[in-house]
Amino acid sequence: MSQLLQQIINGLSLGSIYALIALGYTMVYGILKLINFAHGEVFMVGAYAGYYAAGTLGINALEASGQAFPIHLALLVLLVAMAVSATLGVTIEFLAYRPVRNAPRLTPLITAIGVSLFLQNAGMLLFSPNPRRYPAILREVRFEFGGVIVTNVKLAIFLVALALMAGLHLLVHKTWTGRAMRALSFNIDAAKLMGIDTNRTIRATFAIGSALAAAGGILFGLDQIMINPLMGVLTGLKAFVAAVLGGIGSIPGAVVGGLLIGLAEQLTAGYLSPDYRDAITFVILILILLVKPEGILGVVRPEKV
Amino acid sequence: MLWLKRCGFSVVVAAAIYGVGFGLEQLLTDYFLRIILLAGINVILAVGLNLINGTTGQFSIGHAGFMAVGAYATAFIGVALAPLFGDTALGRSLTFNLALVAGALLAGLTGLLVGLPSLRLRGDYLAVVTLGFGEIIRISFNNAQFLGAATGYFGNSPAGLPVYTNFFWVYAWAALIVLIVRNLTFSQTGRSLIAIREDEIAAEAMATPTTRLKVTAFAISAATAGIAGGLFAHMQAGIRPEDFRFEKSIDMIVMIIVGGLGSITGAVLGGIFVAVSLELMRDLQQYRLVLYALLLIAIMLLRPQGLLGNRELTALWSRRRPRPTGESA
Amino acid sequence: MSSIRFPRRDALRVLAAAGLGTAIGCKRASSDDVVIGHYASMTGSTAHFGQDTDHAARLAIDELNAKGGVLSRKIRLITLDTRGDSAEAANAVARLIDVEKAVAIIGEVASSLSLAGGRVAQHHHIPMVSPSSTNPKVTEVGDYIFRVCFLDPFQGRVMANFARQSLKLDRVAILKDVKNDYSIGLADAFRTGFTAQGGQIALEQSYSQGDTDFSAQITAIRGSAAQAVFVPGYYSEVGAIARTAARLGLKVPLLGGDGWDAPDLFKIGGDALDGCYFSNHFAPDTASPKARKFVTDFEAKYGQAPTGLGALGYDAAAVLVDAIARAGTLDSKAIRDALAATKDFEGVTGKITIDAQRNAQKSAAVLKIEGGKAHYETTIAP
Repeated sequence: MSQLLQQIINGLSLGSIYALIALGYTMVYGILKLINFAHGEVFMVGAYAGYYAAGTLGINALEASGQAFPIHLALLVLLVAMAVSATLGVTIEFLAYRPVRNAPRLTPLITAIGVSLFLQNAGMLLFSPNPRRYPAILREVRFEFGGVIVTNVKLAIFLVALALMAGLHLLVHKTWTGRAMRALSFNIDAAKLMGIDTNRTIRATFAIGSALAAAGGILFGLDQIMINPLMGVLTGLKAFVAAVLGGIGSIPGAVVGGLLIGLAEQLTAGYLSPDYRDAITFVILILILLVKPEGILGVVRPEKV
Repeated sequence: MLWLKRCGFSVVVAAAIYGVGFGLEQLLTDYFLRIILLAGINVILAVGLNLINGTTGQFSIGHAGFMAVGAYATAFIGVALAPLFGDTALGRSLTFNLALVAGALLAGLTGLLVGLPSLRLRGDYLAVVTLGFGEIIRISFNNAQFLGAATGYFGNSPAGLPVYTNFFWVYAWAALIVLIVRNLTFSQTGRSLIAIREDEIAAEAMATPTTRLKVTAFAISAATAGIAGGLFAHMQAGIRPEDFRFEKSIDMIVMIIVGGLGSITGAVLGGIFVAVSLELMRDLQQYRLVLYALLLIAIMLLRPQGLLGNRELTALWSRRRPRPTGESA
Repeated sequence: MSSIRFPRRDALRVLAAAGLGTAIGCKRASSDDVVIGHYASMTGSTAHFGQDTDHAARLAIDELNAKGGVLSRKIRLITLDTRGDSAEAANAVARLIDVEKAVAIIGEVASSLSLAGGRVAQHHHIPMVSPSSTNPKVTEVGDYIFRVCFLDPFQGRVMANFARQSLKLDRVAILKDVKNDYSIGLADAFRTGFTAQGGQIALEQSYSQGDTDFSAQITAIRGSAAQAVFVPGYYSEVGAIARTAARLGLKVPLLGGDGWDAPDLFKIGGDALDGCYFSNHFAPDTASPKARKFVTDFEAKYGQAPTGLGALGYDAAAVLVDAIARAGTLDSKAIRDALAATKDFEGVTGKITIDAQRNAQKSAAVLKIEGGKAHYETTIAP
């Protein structure tokens, strides 16, 4: 029983990270109908930004002397990483996606794949392919309850993810930018006719999605300990599946999808075989697309001819 | 009689390919020959993929999976058949080609199984499902102990898989496949496929059996990828699931994009381009892949229709007006 | 996107691209140097292994050049990237032989890539020395293929003997990397050796190279009453595995092989690794002066300590150049014979003797980790 609980807790924490990344995918797709393949790499850059920011703020010396990293500096690291990723996301949008925004669907898809490949290989060049240990921005403390072990890192993941998702919900429903985002995802041409600045709104969407991914990146690093330039490839793909599972274009859907994928992955690894942990994500993808392509919380949009 | 003329023509072409192959094998060293063989295999991959992505407009980005099925099937069946037909030139040719056909059939069957449920989806969703299937196929091979799992399948000899692949077989199969695809594309069926690409709902309204055609095109495309896989397997010491990962599917996409989506000539040129360009860029060492990715982005931003759009080389000297182009890329 | 372009322009563009490509591809005239080829994964998911091996090999070649090179000529090491792909590996070896005119080849780290490249080298009768491919099949490709590392079966047996005889363990779990034939080979050999001596394998779990989450596997092992876990993987995952084990309360020692040997292992695993053992080519505290000098020089040149793979890359280069010197000529057959006759060569990874199967006969040292450092525990001879 305790093993099951352990797997569930691990699955939910992994799933929260997937949810944070999935939000970026879903928001961009909702408006632009574009699968931003490069989003996984934005996640990776966010993690590395956190790594270097913590390093600059002197975490290595603190760790060596056994002291904990001050919480206000930890928050600063988070903000810096989110800012870096947001900038990267907006830059990618401006340079690679905007020129092909009105091209047939295939072109932006392939451009996105190209950007993803570019960032992966640039990351290998800049950050060296050696995997790195993530600094203990949060010094790990273990709590044990009847055979189930929870660390403060896992709690932080839940809290930060929850806080960010709540913040996003407020933004989308209570601000003008959020209203604009919702309008664009409903009908982009009508929104333009209503006088909404589409470029600005799209920029904001990319910035917010990328910032969330960066937060996911730092949490991932803290939880999984190791980061490497190719970490965004598989994780990004799984987060994308999560977005599809929950209903692409639906923000609550991304959260639900992320948690479900995380759970499915962990339970498969624990009870079936770790060899299939990656395959289960794709199996779920195929099943959901065949059974209910609009996703769990998605809405069917009939196509008018 | 037409069929006699056609037989004669085929024999002449086959002899020409054999002659060129013989000459090149004498003149060129191993390295250059390998590149030429890989270019030919790429041509098969590109022309096959172009049938479904370009002509029919159904975007598949998991084709490396079908190549893997063909490669493993051909290798495995080849090893099983070899003792039956012996080691003579005829025996080896028989083993190889029978294994190739078997591999193609299995790959085509896999394509059918993947296509039937998937082709109900459109656009991006189809792309992602095919990606998913491609990965599932790769992971399955990674866990298949009797096929060597992650280490790979090397046959049952320490020297690896037998070297059946040579210039003649690669280019003979390539010529055959180009011929079949060309005839298909410029036939009634081909026009229906193009109609599906241009506007599927209108095509349905015109009583085109869209699902049947889409799935058939998908299966044929998978079968050609299987042949390419089988040819690839027999110029290597062995094959591993890692050789058929997502990057390989991307390479195939680059081939047809560079040449022009929808153009058979473009696919041929694109296939050759990808095989040659990566080797040529070796001097750039670790910047090679970064530049390759930038090249892909540049093509999409500057000239998404590739080299030839959806025209064929014959458009160069055709005096007809260019075909009204729908969106080709 | 339908601006009507004149088709001839397209043909011109193709020709221009081809011309540019040919210009890039043309090589400069080669000089009088002795060319040694190296094919390695310099990019891709195993790039850190390839780059490490290359750095060390380069260090060896530079040192040898400083001492006058070989046969009174300078040595030139040309490295080609395999991208971790077997077709590229074969292409790289073909290019090294046909275009760069290498007299011998070093490579690869991954056994499946060595098999791909080895066949090409054997076909051309060019000697090849693999620094760290441990699958027995690699040297079976032909008589021109050699290696300077132990075989998986040997290392697996080493730890099985140590676990059973020295640590007196009865139940051991195995956690292997299924994406890595080195790991699978060691796991198989360990299982055979351990059970043959009466031990029991408590549970066998697996992961894939590149995975970061091991909580599922550790949780399962925790419930299996294993007294130790054999983790024959690479340092990049082992460190994280050790931390996960500590975090989830699995308090038993971990056992491993030479894939653990890297400074990053301690950076990642930290004190979670205390009380663990692994087999390796040498121990830092009993290392020969030659080995210690290598570590210092490598650190000075590249700013980080070398891994075990790097050390093997150094030795592969050194053994090869030594064989060329002994052969006295650049004839491939002579170099091959000289390689086959290598006896008691003082490498940084120990005394290397090439046996009749073209594998290296070396002893293994077993090390214990305490206080973030590895200490010598015992030696196991072949």
